[in-house]
Amino acid sequence: MTTPLLSIRDLRVRIGDREVLQGINLDVPAGQVHAIMGPNGSGKSSLSHVLAGKPGYTVTGGSVLFKGQDLLALPAEERAREGMFLGFQYPVEIPGVNNAYLLRAALNAARRHRSEPEVDAFDFLALVKSRMQLMRMDESFLSRGVNEGFSGGEKKRNEILQMLVLEPSLAVLDETDSGLDIDALKVVAAGIQTLRAPDRAIVLVTHYQRLLDHVAPDQVHVLARGRIIKSGGPELALELERRGYDWLLDDAA
Amino acid sequence: MSTQDPSLDALLARGYQHGFVTDIESDTVAPGLDRDTVRFISAKKGEPQFLLDWRLQALDRWYEMKEPHWAKLQYKPIDYQDISYYSAPKAKTDGPKSLADVDPKLLATYEKLGVPLHERARLAGVAVDAVFDSVSVATTFKDRLSAAGVIFCPFSEAVHNHPELIERWLGTVVPYGDNYYAALNSAVFTDGSFVYIPKGVRCPMELSTYFRINAAKTGQFERTLIVADEGSHVSYLEGCTAPMRDENQLHAAVVELLALDDAQIKYSTVQNWYPGDENGVGGIYNFVTKRGECRGRNSRISWTQVETGSAITWKYPSCVLRGENSVGEFYSVAVTANYQQADTGTKMIHIGANTRSTIVSKGISAGHAQNTYRGQVSVMPGAHGARNFTQCDSLLLGGQCGAHTVPYIEVKNPQATVEHEASTSRISEEQLFYCLQRGLSQEDAINLIVGGFCKTVFRELPMEFAVEAQNLLAVSLEGAVG
Ligand SMILES: Nc1ncnc2c1ncn2[C@@H]1O[C@H](COP(=O)(O)OP(=O)(O)OP(=O)(O)O)[C@@H](O)[C@H]1O
Ligand SMILES: [Mg+2]
Repeated sequence: MTTPLLSIRDLRVRIGDREVLQGINLDVPAGQVHAIMGPNGSGKSSLSHVLAGKPGYTVTGGSVLFKGQDLLALPAEERAREGMFLGFQYPVEIPGVNNAYLLRAALNAARRHRSEPEVDAFDFLALVKSRMQLMRMDESFLSRGVNEGFSGGEKKRNEILQMLVLEPSLAVLDETDSGLDIDALKVVAAGIQTLRAPDRAIVLVTHYQRLLDHVAPDQVHVLARGRIIKSGGPELALELERRGYDWLLDDAA
Repeated sequence: MSTQDPSLDALLARGYQHGFVTDIESDTVAPGLDRDTVRFISAKKGEPQFLLDWRLQALDRWYEMKEPHWAKLQYKPIDYQDISYYSAPKAKTDGPKSLADVDPKLLATYEKLGVPLHERARLAGVAVDAVFDSVSVATTFKDRLSAAGVIFCPFSEAVHNHPELIERWLGTVVPYGDNYYAALNSAVFTDGSFVYIPKGVRCPMELSTYFRINAAKTGQFERTLIVADEGSHVSYLEGCTAPMRDENQLHAAVVELLALDDAQIKYSTVQNWYPGDENGVGGIYNFVTKRGECRGRNSRISWTQVETGSAITWKYPSCVLRGENSVGEFYSVAVTANYQQADTGTKMIHIGANTRSTIVSKGISAGHAQNTYRGQVSVMPGAHGARNFTQCDSLLLGGQCGAHTVPYIEVKNPQATVEHEASTSRISEEQLFYCLQRGLSQEDAINLIVGGFCKTVFRELPMEFAVEAQNLLAVSLEGAVG
């Protein structure tokens, strides 16, 4: 097997005095989709945040390799430019900042990083509009403030829109399926499917099987109390759906 | 110098881009102020007797007044006898008749500031009056404006060519005894711009004055008077810069706006005087009186200001809403970083019936800066149906700066509606991280978020200057957080 796109070894992380990740091991090869499930408060968002470089977390041990380089050594913005995308569980509102403007700035930051020419306003608009069609988003969202007054579901769609425009090599989607109506779930799932490619990987943090019905994962991991306590194929998610987590937690304890 | 928030700690060292000095020979009068100084200035400008008399009355009034100290500002006492009250670049001829007569060094200065005075290279659709220290050095597009009947010229030229207009309107909105700095300005003002828009004329282009302080140890005391006759419209913009110097320099301007029936004046300011260095050394003391009177019915005066410069800003552009149905607006962004202090706001005086006013103030503080919004809304007994809406938001970057809101509301008419909303927030870590996660640099992210915060004000600026304002904001906050 070639080196995985993302390789996490014994990652230990604290928030203040509290160890929220207690030795995570995870390999995600290019071309694959991995799902991370687990009870509330088990550390799924913390893991996503640490991968993205959010301040407030102290890494006390372990390593993360992304495309062979030390991810944790890079500042957050460089991780993003290298192709690491985080779909936020709670996308923040940035009043007055044009949604399209931020997205174009983001795209151009990545392009400059790859020594590619910036996209002009015209090409950008064509690109973003085609992706919006895919996400069934009205064009009026372009001129609104970033997530400003968006409904919960609209915010999630906007995350996937950004992902589709930025075309990251690794997308970590933290509960992007939460709060979506039935049709929106299909749209978001279709968006995620669009990104699947042999040179990309996707990590889906989710509580429900229903997203995985549309985006079939190669592997499913259970994160509990800061550790991955079980990994398996797609059938593991179905089993969790039936049995919950207690049987695993009892085993692990 | 470090703020509580480590990731917000890098935007605090500012790079001032306009801090160069032009090496040009100047006529500068020795420091000091007395009746002879005033006579000297008046004589230098060949002024009519009425103006000299007015100046001398102002000086007498000033002698009786005390420097005000109610603002939330701290600075060493100003020695008014240690300031030179007149400095003019030595002209080869007796003042430039056309751009060809303007010293090339001056043209180069404005070029460097991004205000090309050559009409070929001019800002699209903007006529510029350039004031260098105490005098106006060039005005562009005079012909096109005069074809429309618009008078736009240096104040001193208006005194010669249109003395009747000056005598009629000067001091009718801001009387010489209005306040300490207005009195000082009235006594010693040296130049500025004069605008008259005749009845029914929509000024065919944006008008703009660019103020530049160059000489050391001089004050700048300019005076602007804009009269919009019935049914006329005008949009006017002022910009200002100064060299970096260790000592503080005084700028005490007066701006008077007068709108008659159905007239509209939009006055925008992008103020970028030298703010002093990151330790608070040097910088301009900006004590400015700006007032507009909506004298006519249905008239409208709108102030938009982007204040990023000056060590000290003391400034309250106001509207006297006398005419029935008249409208006053104040949109302000005040940015203070390092040791800058701003005490700024507005007054809306509702006198006529159904007068309306809107106040939107955005204060941004970083470093050790102090930013105070001070506003007054007064509704007089006759102002039936008057309405005011005020929104004051403060954004703090870092932990050692301060934001203060001092609203003063006085309502003497029971039917009036006055609303006031205020908020203070810190730049949000979540917003910042969201932008970083999308690949933006820390600085771009902060500029973006602060720009979003200021949006309701920026969109009031004329298009050409909205971009400039956004850029200026970026420069002002350079190194202010992170
Ligand atoms: N800033 C913080 N201070 C203290 N504890 C925190 C902080 N942020 C997270 N935690 C704690 O860390 C643990 C892991 O939280 P995390 O958000 O990673 O859980 P999660 O698995 O994403 O949960 P959910 O499924 O509810 O989204 C929780 O117990 C949470 O309370
Ligand atoms: Mg979570």
